[in-house]
Amino acid sequence: MNRLIDLSTAILAKNDDLAEALRRDLLAGGTVAVNLLSSPGSGKTALLELLLARALARDVSVAALTGDVATENDARRLARSGAPVRQVVTGGLCHLEADLIRDHLTGWLPADTRLLFIENVGNLVCPASYDLGDSVRVVLASVTEGEDKPVKYPAAYHWADVVVMTKVDLAQACDFDESAFLEAVHAIKPSLEVIRTSAKTGEGIDELLTRVIAAAGEGSVVPAGVGATGPC
Amino acid sequence: MHELSIAYAAVRTIDDLVGGQPVVAVRLRVGVLAGVVPDSLQFGWDVATAGTPLAGSVLTIDRVPLPSTCLDCGHRAVTEHPPPLSCSACGGRALPTAPGRELEIASVEIQDRPEEGEPQ
Repeated sequence: MNRLIDLSTAILAKNDDLAEALRRDLLAGGTVAVNLLSSPGSGKTALLELLLARALARDVSVAALTGDVATENDARRLARSGAPVRQVVTGGLCHLEADLIRDHLTGWLPADTRLLFIENVGNLVCPASYDLGDSVRVVLASVTEGEDKPVKYPAAYHWADVVVMTKVDLAQACDFDESAFLEAVHAIKPSLEVIRTSAKTGEGIDELLTRVIAAAGEGSVVPAGVGATGPC
Repeated sequence: MHELSIAYAAVRTIDDLVGGQPVVAVRLRVGVLAGVVPDSLQFGWDVATAGTPLAGSVLTIDRVPLPSTCLDCGHRAVTEHPPPLSCSACGGRALPTAPGRELEIASVEIQDRPEEGEPQ
């Protein structure tokens, strides 16, 4: 005889539990983690270079973890800002997981860090399933990717607290229809805030930083316990 | 394509929960906005379960429908397709009214160990 057992358990329960504990520990230490998600080449690293430099200029202690399948190129780039930066090389994994974040922070994250940026692996699908102990979730979309990214990748936009348009200096050259993009964003999640940025001209960087610092002041914009199976 | 990672996570979680007992069937629930493709998960199941007490188990994946409400006429519906959603009653814009991110182990069927003294 076989027995049927009702489990009703999240598949990623272990990751969710680790992430929840990490979020609690970070917030208790005054650190708010910001998870940056986008497709490859949308400008996460260029944006982060400016965010780190501007945060330091405002005397906000900031640090960054940057995830890639291979190379330490991004960490080298970002370290030029003067902020503590550490590369997470996933060795083939298409996303970051909470235990990877915990392992890379332990013994490394300066105790006074107020903002911790986590640059996820460039991928709009897989990373959204994994809670990293973050409190602010940002999706980037470059104008070169077209207006319909939100409707092509609804789960990522549902997951986000803030959407950042990048490379807006190229909008005209790409015939980017901003109103169509905004409509696509709000067709997925009407409450999503969209911030226009350009790492080339510096447009919107301070606005985004202010938004993230405000979230840090509030402690969190993501309700505790939000993981792959939690509420939006 | 992270379905293999999801499959490995499911195998580890189930194996822990049932204490290493042999599992013959698994039923998962996957939401429309979970970002997981059931066919790919099914495809990776044999690889993820190989050499574990779940080897050879039959995987069933239930897609959890997404409820929505039309912003124009208030019509409520459910769908198995991702947003954007259009209202089936008036063609207006509908929005999901649930997270749709379910990624759960619903149940498992385990092979009972024979009672002590029971003929094998």
